[in-house]
Amino acid sequence: MRNFRIIFGATVAVLVIAVAVFAPYIAPHDPDEQNLCEGLSLPRSGHLLGQDKLGRDQLSRLVYGARVSVIVGLSTVFISATIGIFVGALAGFFRGVMDQVLMRIVDILMAFPGILLAIALTAVLGPSLRNIILALSILGWIGYSRLVRGQVLVEREKEYVQAAMALGAKSGRIIWRHLLINTSGPVIVQATFGIALAILAEASLSFLGLGAPGIPSWGAMLNEGTSFLFTAPFLSIFPGLAIMVTVLGFNFLGDGLRRLLSPKEDVSRI
Amino acid sequence: MRNYIIKRLLLTLPVLLGVSLLVFFFIHMIPGDPVEVMLGESAAPTDREALRKQYHLDEPLQVQLVYFFKELGTGKLESIFYHQPALQKVRERLMATLELALAGLAVAVVIAIPLGILAAWRRDTWLDHSAMGFSLLGISIPNFWLGPMLILVFSLKLGLLPVSGKGGISHLVLPAITLGTALAALLSRMTRASLLEVLGEDFLTAARARGLSERMVILKHAFKNALIPVITVLGLQFGALLSGAIITETIFAWPGIGRLLIDSIYTRDFPLVQACVLAIALSYVLVNLVTDLFYALVDPRVRYEEGS
Repeated sequence: MRNFRIIFGATVAVLVIAVAVFAPYIAPHDPDEQNLCEGLSLPRSGHLLGQDKLGRDQLSRLVYGARVSVIVGLSTVFISATIGIFVGALAGFFRGVMDQVLMRIVDILMAFPGILLAIALTAVLGPSLRNIILALSILGWIGYSRLVRGQVLVEREKEYVQAAMALGAKSGRIIWRHLLINTSGPVIVQATFGIALAILAEASLSFLGLGAPGIPSWGAMLNEGTSFLFTAPFLSIFPGLAIMVTVLGFNFLGDGLRRLLSPKEDVSRI
Repeated sequence: MRNYIIKRLLLTLPVLLGVSLLVFFFIHMIPGDPVEVMLGESAAPTDREALRKQYHLDEPLQVQLVYFFKELGTGKLESIFYHQPALQKVRERLMATLELALAGLAVAVVIAIPLGILAAWRRDTWLDHSAMGFSLLGISIPNFWLGPMLILVFSLKLGLLPVSGKGGISHLVLPAITLGTALAALLSRMTRASLLEVLGEDFLTAARARGLSERMVILKHAFKNALIPVITVLGLQFGALLSGAIITETIFAWPGIGRLLIDSIYTRDFPLVQACVLAIALSYVLVNLVTDLFYALVDPRVRYEEGS
């Protein structure tokens, strides 16, 4: 079962990333090419997933839409994890005042609902890919910082760290060379779930009309599709399926990795 | 307990202040001239000047901050679009959101608790794997897709339930399922995990030794003890439901605060955006506070640990 989760999740993740990277070679049509006479056409050969109201090929737009999901998912996780690991490592290693101050900031930010802040920030800053990533990263780092802090607090008491300290190793070296390497497992798991969350959040923003304009994205396609739910339901079904399978894939991968990397948590943790 | 409540209330104050400050700075984060963004490029200079004066944007930042808290306290923060106090508008809509969130919570509990119990009871069988696979699916289904799909099947194809709007119970069914599904998925995993932890305890071995059936052991003894973390998650997630209702309300044209927020973003009514964000964030903080207090009430270990 564990292997199934990892294999399924990794296959979906690799496929989505490959589709995003090779979009120009995979997409059968230009995603922005309009053909108003064929607007809302049903799926058929030549346009396997049908055409939207402007006659654009839905399959090609789905293929290009993977780019937005992958860029937002990976960038948000990269930025959030970098900040979170840095803050968590400082708080956990130095403890004392630094820990107190950083963790109180974390507490305050945790009290703020994530999607609400993302919506408000994107609305204020203006819809663009950069602003979406920024809005999602502003709260995204919190989870990593708490996780890394907890791990570092435990690890720093272990003998190998004490030995490194006794040998006169500098704090930065101990954190970088010893502590972070040994806390990487849970961070990788969290990052995998984080990609799923970021993809879902981006799609939510795009669905609400706050996504990057002019670029095909799954959430925006779904938003457009809901206007034609009765006459052309396929316009809503396929983008939603794409989001669901991608998110499910990353969730399965995260779940499988957690069970693999933390076997003790296999039973008790959700 | 009293000390714990006082400490918890004091800890909430910086959070409330932080949230209010964040909301205050929203208008200042708008790139360019916020007045131009709100009124549009074609607005008359006199209108711009009036709006700039109304929101004290011509004053220094610290003075603006004082005005902001003063207007917030006296309820004078005014919506540009509706020409009425923003907080009044927010209050009208908050009840509808609360109704929807409670219905979503009910759906989640009805699905999740039996599913979680079943998965723990039949651990590592196909039933457990199916229930947990189903719950992972539930977490992964975007509610902005589930909603339209439910409308497609139950409203447009079968004609059983209304497409959108607010009315009787029938109007509440599809939005509640849309909102509650992800929580149901999370809660069922939590229930399973919590039950599995309790199932290994000695008092249950003793119950089994007294000849109780496994069903009685789980339902009568284990479940009660497994419930505390589940209730905590339920409380914390209720806050998330309030903010998560934004999307559900948009799909079903539910006249709640989430829809008001999105509408006010489209109309660039930033004072109303501020009021909506503040109200949702405050509800979230308060629900979390109540959950924490409840947790401390039912589990004395929490207040002792926090107090020390």
